[in-house]
Order: sequence, then structure tokens, then C-alpha cells
Amino acid sequence: MNWVLENLEVIGGYTGAHLLQALPPILVAFLLSLPLAKLANARGWLRTSVTTTSSLMYAIPSLPLFVLLPGLIGTSVRSPVNISIALSLYGLALMVPTASDAFRSVSRDVLGSATAQGYAPAARFLRVELPLAGPVLLAGVRVVAVSTISLVTVGGVLGVPSLGMLFVDGVRRGIVAEIAAGVVVTAALALLTDALLVLLGRAVMPWTRQREVRRA
Amino acid sequence: MTGNPYVGSLAWLTDPAHWSGPGGIPLRTLEHLGYTALGVLVAALLAVPVGLYVGHTGRFKGLAVAAAGAARALPTLGLVTLFALLVGIGLTAPLLSFVILAIPSLLAGAYSAIESADPATVDAARAQGMTEWQILTRVELPLGMPLLVGGFRGATVQVVATAMLAAYVGSGGLGRYIFQGLGSQNYPQMIAGSLLVIALALMLDLALLLAQRLATPRGARTA
Repeated sequence: MNWVLENLEVIGGYTGAHLLQALPPILVAFLLSLPLAKLANARGWLRTSVTTTSSLMYAIPSLPLFVLLPGLIGTSVRSPVNISIALSLYGLALMVPTASDAFRSVSRDVLGSATAQGYAPAARFLRVELPLAGPVLLAGVRVVAVSTISLVTVGGVLGVPSLGMLFVDGVRRGIVAEIAAGVVVTAALALLTDALLVLLGRAVMPWTRQREVRRA
Repeated sequence: MTGNPYVGSLAWLTDPAHWSGPGGIPLRTLEHLGYTALGVLVAALLAVPVGLYVGHTGRFKGLAVAAAGAARALPTLGLVTLFALLVGIGLTAPLLSFVILAIPSLLAGAYSAIESADPATVDAARAQGMTEWQILTRVELPLGMPLLVGGFRGATVQVVATAMLAAYVGSGGLGRYIFQGLGSQNYPQMIAGSLLVIALALMLDLALLLAQRLATPRGARTA
């Protein structure tokens, strides 16, 4: 406990670095998954190959991916950018199939009536299709957020600064409190982000509020 | 560190010296497989019976879902290093973290497998005079088998990845090559180790995917 109180600044610094590596991949995975999922849904064979690729991608452990990327794209093994790019790939692997399911769950009749009412394709997508796919998209983003925040720590073994450094440093110096603090802060960060996403979802999709209450 | 590191890793992988002896690729692969099998097996012994109970009775469902969800927020490296300090060097510390990390997938796989059976089918079995045990083992379990195998698949993927991190705190397995390479700044060796782990992970995943397909009972297959 003493260790934690004496090193609040260190923990704070790592938390900031952690978020800087975790948040861009979550955002990139969400934004890129929308056009990719629409593209995949437009072609049957593409959809099948996207699903297969995603599930294989997900079977690849994170550390080897962190190691392989620098040789392919010219980043450094110790660079935070390298971690963020790898985590964006994982995020996409999770998010594209989810978004594809989300768009498929929107009734074709509803889209047809929107077109009949005079919605242009872009407006129809933004005001009808996207909101109706929203709850499933949100569920996907929540999973991406929690797993990304937890995976950032793996970069610690390569020397990339994040809350993972508390594990690496703690085990080297034999400080249990340091590792415990790392576990608690990482999990708290993940759960807090998840809670914020739920609140954000309620704010932008007010019609889902009623259902949430009844389910709880 | 001159030239393309991928070419270097190819040279590393084809060097016969790396294919024999106590630190050789075959032995490290077997170690890795052994850790994975042991971790998934112990976790299955704990999680599958609980999952079957939750799925069959519907009791403690909220608790099981919450536990599986919360466990996903736990950083694997944190658990590995924490147990390494608390339990010490040896097989127990990494095994403990493998088991904890494999439990959520197995638990979710087991209860969703049982829940997936059509309630009308379960009622029909009950009306025919089957005992609850018979319903579980002869109706719900066979019908849900693909989902249960899916739980094993998820757990295996998780443990293969974690087994590599365990090499960081002194256990064997393929992760050794990555950390040795990191220590001696041998990037080609790190790439070689990474390629080996990825190949192993993908092979295990594909084997379990196949098992998942084969696990569907013939009567329940849709054309």
C-alpha cells in the first residue's frame, strides 16, 4: 500500500500513456468497421471471407503480433504506435463481423420505406440504418474497449510504457503492491470506459433506455 | 541486425541446431502444448460442471455472466506476474493464471450450450419420463455440444497466448525465444519465435473449429 501512495505520480503517468495507446485503436476499429461491414454485406463471398479472417486473426496471440509488425511496417518494437496499430487490427477483427451482423439485423422493409419517403442514400444510412444498428454496434464497441485496454499491458514486456510497466517493474523488484495496483487500475480503467460507453449509448440512443431499465 | 529481419528469422528457423536439445523447437513446442492442455483441462474440471448446472437450472445465471465479463477486464500479464511473485518460480504460478483465464470461456460455453436447447424439446423429453440427469446428458448436452467445444476453443486461444507470457517469469514454452531474443537484441530470433507461436495457435484453433463442426449431432444438422 505504501508503494502505491509513494508512487501515485508514476501510476498516473502510466495511466495516461496507457489511454493514449488504447483509445485510438477503439476509435479506429469502430469507424473503419462501418464501411468495411457495409462492403462485406454487399457481397456474399466477401462476408464469408471477412468472418473467417476475423476469427483467425483473433486466434493470434498479441505479443507475437507486436513483434512481427515492426519488421513489416517499419515501426520500432518499443514504439507505442506499434502497439496501437496491432490493437486496431484486433479491434477490427472483433468489430467488422459485429457491424456486419448489426447492419443485417436492420429490416429491409424499413429501409425500403425510408427510400420511399424520399431519403437519399447518405441520409438513409445516417438517420435510419445507423441508429437501428446502434445497439448491436455499441455491444461490439464495449467488448473491443475492454479487451483493448487489457491488451495494452502486454506491451510492457517489450518496454513500451503503459500500466503493464507496473507488472514488469514489480516482478523485477519483487513488489507485490506494484503489480496489484497495475491489475486494479487496468481493470478499473476497462470497467470505467465500459460504463461511459453505456452512458454514451443511452444519450445518443434514447429509445433504448426503456429496455435497459426493464432488463435490469 | 543488418538486412531483412524476416530473412534472418528464416535462417534461424532452418538452423538444425535449433531443432534439437533441451532448448530446441520440438521440446519448447511440447512444453507449450503441455501447459495449454493442463491449464484448459484443470479449468474445464472446475468450470464445466458449474456451467452445466447454471445452464440446466437457470440459477446463478446473472452471477456467472458477471463473473465471465469481469474476468475479461483482467490483464493477463498482471495475473502471471502477480502469481509468479506470490507463489514463486515453478509450474504452479503460471498454471494458476492459465486456469483463471480459461474459466470464463469454458463457463460461458457450458451454460450457453445447455441453454441453447429448445425449451419445447426439453419439455418433450421431460414428458417422456426422462429424469433431469437424462435430459442433461442425452438431450441438452448433445444438442449444445458445438457451443461447449466453442468454449474450449476460446479457452485454448487464451491459454496459448498466456503460456507465452509465462516464459517472461521463468517457465518454458515457445515464449522463451521471444524473451531471449529481446534480451540479446536478436530481432530475427524474436520473429522466429513469434511465427512458431502463431503457427501453433492457428493449428489448435483450426483443429478445434473442425471439432466444433463435427460435434453437431447428425439429427440436429441443417442441410
